[in-house]
Amino acid sequence: MAVTTPTRPAPAARPARPARSSFAPLNFWRSTIGKKTVMAVTGLLMLAFLLAHMLGNLKIFYGRDDFDHYADWLRTIGEPVLHGAWYLWIQRFVLTLAVVLHAVSAYQLSRRDLKARPAKYAHKQRAKAGYAVHVMRYGGITLALFIIYHILDFTSLTLNRHGVEGAAYDNVVSSFSVWWVTAIYILAMIFLGLHIQHGFWSAAQTLGLNRPSRDRAVHGIATGLAVLLTVGFLIVPVAVLAGLVG
Amino acid sequence: MKLTLRIWRQAGPADSGRMVAYEVPDANPDMSFLELLDVLNERLTLEGDDPVTFDHDCREGICGACGVVINGQAHGPRERTTTCQLHMREFSDGDVIDVEPWRSVAFGVVKDLMVDRSGLDRIIRAGGYVSVNTGSAPEAHATPVPKPIADTAFDNATCIGCGACVAACPNGSAMLFTSAKVTHLNSLPQGAPERSERVLNLVEAMDAEGFGGCTNTGECTNACPKGIPLDSIATLNREYLRASLGRK
Ligand code: HEM
Ligand code: SF4
Ligand code: FES
Repeated sequence: MAVTTPTRPAPAARPARPARSSFAPLNFWRSTIGKKTVMAVTGLLMLAFLLAHMLGNLKIFYGRDDFDHYADWLRTIGEPVLHGAWYLWIQRFVLTLAVVLHAVSAYQLSRRDLKARPAKYAHKQRAKAGYAVHVMRYGGITLALFIIYHILDFTSLTLNRHGVEGAAYDNVVSSFSVWWVTAIYILAMIFLGLHIQHGFWSAAQTLGLNRPSRDRAVHGIATGLAVLLTVGFLIVPVAVLAGLVG
Repeated sequence: MKLTLRIWRQAGPADSGRMVAYEVPDANPDMSFLELLDVLNERLTLEGDDPVTFDHDCREGICGACGVVINGQAHGPRERTTTCQLHMREFSDGDVIDVEPWRSVAFGVVKDLMVDRSGLDRIIRAGGYVSVNTGSAPEAHATPVPKPIADTAFDNATCIGCGACVAACPNGSAMLFTSAKVTHLNSLPQGAPERSERVLNLVEAMDAEGFGGCTNTGECTNACPKGIPLDSIATLNREYLRASLGRK
């Protein structure tokens, strides 16, 4: 009879791990929870910047002079303590660092996660999680590409049709008058909204701030921020394309 | 009831494995899922076939040995129910039921539906205990514990280490399991002296086993037969951050 007693497999070779370092931040960065915390902090930092950025963009509705003056002023924040445009460069440095740390952590964690579950079930799992959860990775990659495109469009002006430094208003109008540029922005901002909808709650969870009693509030704020940012950012390109600004 | 079972058959860790269909014409709605496998195995044995290997022990939902994935759901369709406590009345006559082992790189298949969950044991060994001298039990009222904290600790202590959370997670993450241990022991005064070391050691052991990270999808808590909540993962994250910042 073919009854066999299963023998224990030899313990699978476990991934080699560096011994615990005496430098605590290094252990933190090497751990899954540590990297996730880095993502939460950098994500919230980017979120704060995006809120200010979105509100600032709305000044375009006050007209060319007002908007260009505002764009000029951005270069003088911190004066006279800081030299001209220093604040701007500090902010650019911090944001770049945030994007890089966020993306590197996302990449490393995602690789680990995909490796941890190589075999799928023959019977498809019925996922309970919503759409926003499933598009974090693709949405994140979309946002990374969008950030590069956006900088080439309005910061370096490389791709901008008007492309005159200091003429922020006309630069904006020249880009968004083209329908497919506006289409790219619409798509990217929808991904941004989805990313924030899951990301905000997720960051609160990662930082250990969630409690059952706060769950509804945190979900509500996440949805509120997602809608606010998506709509707030999209008003400008849509208004330009519709001929309301120009 | 007449049922068709499609079961994952794999001769050993080195075999690549496949789904094999078996008819069970004489299933009874009052059988547990494991009893159904027993009936099938008796027949396979009489026919000279290799019976289906599956893990089990208590058959009353407390040991955590019996988990399999039934129709894509860890422990099957009934909420907060282990495979051994699942009864065939949850299914209908004529159903085709897919039965598969837990899938995770950290849980190798031993044979058929049985996986090696010793990774969870090694996590426990790294800190899932309090270091007290054993002996006669201490006076129960010597260490007062506020009721809400006792409840939280108790709820988390009900984790049976079955690994359904890992099996259900798209990242094969053991965060829910580890968070249950940390929440259970770190919220009690008895666990306080080792609070920081415990969480650092448990997370290090968890990562070393090759489990994935948490992306907050919530599949684990839906699959958990003991209803360990996502809140425990927030507690684990909080405890880990606190310990990493050097707090004792
Ligand atoms: C470089 C582009 C980006 C990439 C590649 C990226 C990728 C990701 C990925 C893969 C996750 C993890 C999702 C999960 O755990 O399932 C995530 C989380 C998150 N992202 Fe991004 N993202 C990017 C840009 C942004 C931006 C611009 C924001 C600002 C609003 C942001 C905010 C967040 C937040 C708050 C989280 C949650 C962190 C946590 O769970 O602890 N991300 N991102
Ligand atoms: S947390 Fe739940 S699903 Fe995970 S091992 Fe414990 S009892 Fe099983
Ligand atoms: S056999 Fe013990 S929990 Fe199912």
